[in-house]
Amino acid sequence: MALFRKALEKLTKGLSRTKDRFLGGLRNLLAGRKLDEDLLDELEEKLIEADIGVATAMKIRQDLQEAFQQRRIERGEDVLEFLKTEMKSLWPECDRSVRFAPEGPTVILVAGINGAGKTTSIAKLAYQLKQQGKKVVLAAADTFRAAAVEQLTIWSQRIGVEIVKGGGSDPAAIVFDACDAARARNADVLLVDTAGRLHTQDHLMRELTKIRDVVARKLPGAPHEVLLVLDATTGQNAINQAKAFLQAIDVTGIFLAKLDGTAKGGIVVAIRNEIHLPVKFVGVGETYEDVEPFDPESFVEALFA
Amino acid sequence: MFEALTDKFNDVFRKLSGRGRISEDNVRDSMREVRQALLEADVHYKVVKQFCDDVVSKALGQEVIRSLHPGQVMIKVVHDELVNLMGPVDSRIYYVSPPPTIVMMAGLQGSGKTTTCGKLARLIQHQGKHPMLVACDLQRPAAVDQLTIVGGQVGVPVFRVEGEKNPVRVARQGVQEAIQSGRDVVIIDTAGRLHIDEEMMKQAEEIVSAVSPHQIYLVCDAMTGQDAVNSAKEFNERLELDGVILTKFDSDARGGAALSVKAVTGKPIKFIGVGEKLDALEEFHADRMAGRILGMGDVVTLVEKAQQAFDVEQQAKLQEKMVKGKFTLTDFLGQMKQMQKLGPLKQVLKMMPGMGSQLDAMQLDGDEFAKMEAIIHSMTAAERENPDLIEASRRRRIARGSGTEPQDVSGLVKSFGMAANMMKQMAGMGMRERLGFAKNLGQMDMFGGGMKFKVKQRSKRLTKKEREKRKKKRRR
Repeated sequence: MALFRKALEKLTKGLSRTKDRFLGGLRNLLAGRKLDEDLLDELEEKLIEADIGVATAMKIRQDLQEAFQQRRIERGEDVLEFLKTEMKSLWPECDRSVRFAPEGPTVILVAGINGAGKTTSIAKLAYQLKQQGKKVVLAAADTFRAAAVEQLTIWSQRIGVEIVKGGGSDPAAIVFDACDAARARNADVLLVDTAGRLHTQDHLMRELTKIRDVVARKLPGAPHEVLLVLDATTGQNAINQAKAFLQAIDVTGIFLAKLDGTAKGGIVVAIRNEIHLPVKFVGVGETYEDVEPFDPESFVEALFA
Repeated sequence: MFEALTDKFNDVFRKLSGRGRISEDNVRDSMREVRQALLEADVHYKVVKQFCDDVVSKALGQEVIRSLHPGQVMIKVVHDELVNLMGPVDSRIYYVSPPPTIVMMAGLQGSGKTTTCGKLARLIQHQGKHPMLVACDLQRPAAVDQLTIVGGQVGVPVFRVEGEKNPVRVARQGVQEAIQSGRDVVIIDTAGRLHIDEEMMKQAEEIVSAVSPHQIYLVCDAMTGQDAVNSAKEFNERLELDGVILTKFDSDARGGAALSVKAVTGKPIKFIGVGEKLDALEEFHADRMAGRILGMGDVVTLVEKAQQAFDVEQQAKLQEKMVKGKFTLTDFLGQMKQMQKLGPLKQVLKMMPGMGSQLDAMQLDGDEFAKMEAIIHSMTAAERENPDLIEASRRRRIARGSGTEPQDVSGLVKSFGMAANMMKQMAGMGMRERLGFAKNLGQMDMFGGGMKFKVKQRSKRLTKKEREKRKKKRRR
C-alpha cells in the first residue's frame, strides 16, 4: 500500500471530516444510554441523514432491536460495535479488487449520469493505474457534452497517458477504434469515458448497451470492469440509477465520487442491500491523486464511528 | 407510493364514522406513511418532522366531508401544505436600470451550472435582452471551452480571458466588457465548489464583492439527498442567494431536495432544468412538485379540472344508466365531449398516475375524438340507441357519411360495447379502484382496430395467481 500512502492520507483527511461530525454526534448520542425506543428513533434518524434510506435504516433498527432482545447488546456503547460488524459483513474483501484481463488490454467502461464526475474519476483511475506501472489508454467517447473531449485531453496530458479521440459523433465508433489502438499499442488498460446520461432516457441507455457490445465484440471477455460513477451527494434516486445502468451494461462496481463533502454516501449501503453492487473506489478531491480503493472499514468508520 | 398513501388514509378513516372529525390519533397513525413518502423523496428528515407536525395540527378538527373519501381530503391537506411550503413561486428575473443586470451562478461540482448558464442566457434573450456569458470557472479543465460552445449554440457572446488564473479579475473585466459593448445582462459561470472548502467559498465571496451581482442563483441537482440542506445553507449564508435552479429534473428523481432547500434557505425555486437541450428550462410549479414528491402524478389537477368540467347532476344520471346497462352511444358522445373539456387526450392521460410511462407506447394523433364524433353523428337515432342494428350496409353508409372507413365504424361499435361493459363494472367501484382500472384501459385497446389508439403490448401477462388476487380485490 506504500504506493497509495499519499492518497490514503487524503482519504483519512476527507473521511475524518465526516467522521468527526458523525462520530462526535453518535458518541454523544450513545454514551451511557439505555437502548430504548427514543434512542432507536434517534439512531434511525442518523442513518436516514446519511442517505441510507428509510427501508435500510428500518432494517438496521430492527436488527438492533432483535439483538437487544436477545441480550447481545445492552448499552448504547455496544451499538457501535454491533453496527460495525453488521456493516462490514456487507462488503466482503473479494469483490473490491479490479478484475484484469489474463492477457491483452483490460477494458474499463465508465458510465454515470450527468455531472456525477465521470471524467475526473477516469483521470484518477488512469493516474493510479499508471502509478502501478500499467500502460493506460483513454477513449474519449463522450461526444455529446460540449468540451468533454477537451477536458479529458487536458487530463491525459497532465497525467501523461495516451488518448484516442474520434472526429465523428458516434461514441461506438470511437470505442471501436480505441479497442484497436489499445491492442496495437500494447496497452494494459483501456479506460472508456462515456457521455453522462440520465438513466431514464431509454435511447441513451441503448446507446450505452451498444458501446458495451462493441467492446465485447472487439475484445473477447471485455469490458472487464464496468464502473458506475455515483455522486456521494445523491439521495434515494441512486438506487434507480444503479438498477437502470445494471440492466443496460451489467455494472460490476461503483466509483463513489465527491466523498470529500459533508455527504456520507450512505446510499451505497442501500444499493448493496438491494442489488448487491460493490463499491470499488472512492473519490475524495479534485486532483487526479484524490482517489482511493474502497475500504469498507474506513467507510463504516465514517458512517458509524 | 401515492396509492399506498391513499390506501393508508382510507384505512384510517374507514374506522371513523362518516361524519366524524379527524382526531389526533388517527392522523398521527397515517402520517407515518407521509413521513416515509417524504423521506424516500429525499426531503431532509428535520424538514419532514416539522412538516408532519404542521399537517397534523392543520388536519385536526377538520370535518370529514361525507360525500368525499376522507383519505382524499387528507391527501389534499398534505398536498396543499407542500405547495404552501414551496410557494409562492416567482420565476421573474429582475432587471436593473441602468444595465447591466449581473447574474451569478453558484453550486457544487456537477450540479449543472455551465449548461444552466446557457439555458438561462437563451431564456433572457427570449425576453428581449442581450445577455453575455462570463467564464469564471477556471478550475475544471476545459470548462471555459464548454461555456464558449454553449454560448455559441444559443448565439450569446462569451467573455473569456486566456491564461488568466484569477476568476475575480475575469468577472470584473467581464462586467466592464459588457458595459462597453452594450450588453444588458451579464451571467457569470463560476467553478463548482464544496460548501466546506473554505478557500473556494472565500473566492466566491470575493467575486460577489468585486462585481456585486444583482441576482445570485444556486444551481442544485434535483437528485441530491439529505446533504442538500447542508450545502444550500452554507451557500446561502456566504453568498445570500436570490433563488434556486433545480437541474436534472427530467430524471425519475422525486426531488425532495426542492423542499429541503426551500425550507432551509427560504429562497424561491425559480426554474427547473428538464433536459440536455438548451431550451429545456422551465418555470417551477409548486403544485406539480408537490404531486411529484408524493408520487401521485398530477391527479389533483385532474380531479379539480374534472370537477369543473363535469356537471354533477348529469354525472349522477349517467351513473345510474351505467349501472343498469342502459348506456347508449348518445351518452358515450356526451361523455367524450366532457372529456374534451379537460384538454387533449394525451394531456389528460399524462396526468393519471402510472400512465406517463405508457404514453410513449400509444399512438395518439389528437383527432380521435373528432373521428368518433363524426361517426356517431352519422348514425340514426335508432342506431345510437341500439348499435347492434348496424350491419354491413348501414356500416358502409355511416362510413361514407363520416368520411371514415367501414372498419373504423365497426371498431367504434366494438369498443363502445367494451366501454359500456367496463363502465358497468366501474360504477360499482371506489375512486381509487377506478383510477387503477383506468390505467388498464390503455392496454385494452378500447378504441378498436381502426381508431389508432393502439398500445404496443409489452406489459407482461398476469399469472393465474395475480388474476385471482385482482379478482378478490375487486370483490372487496
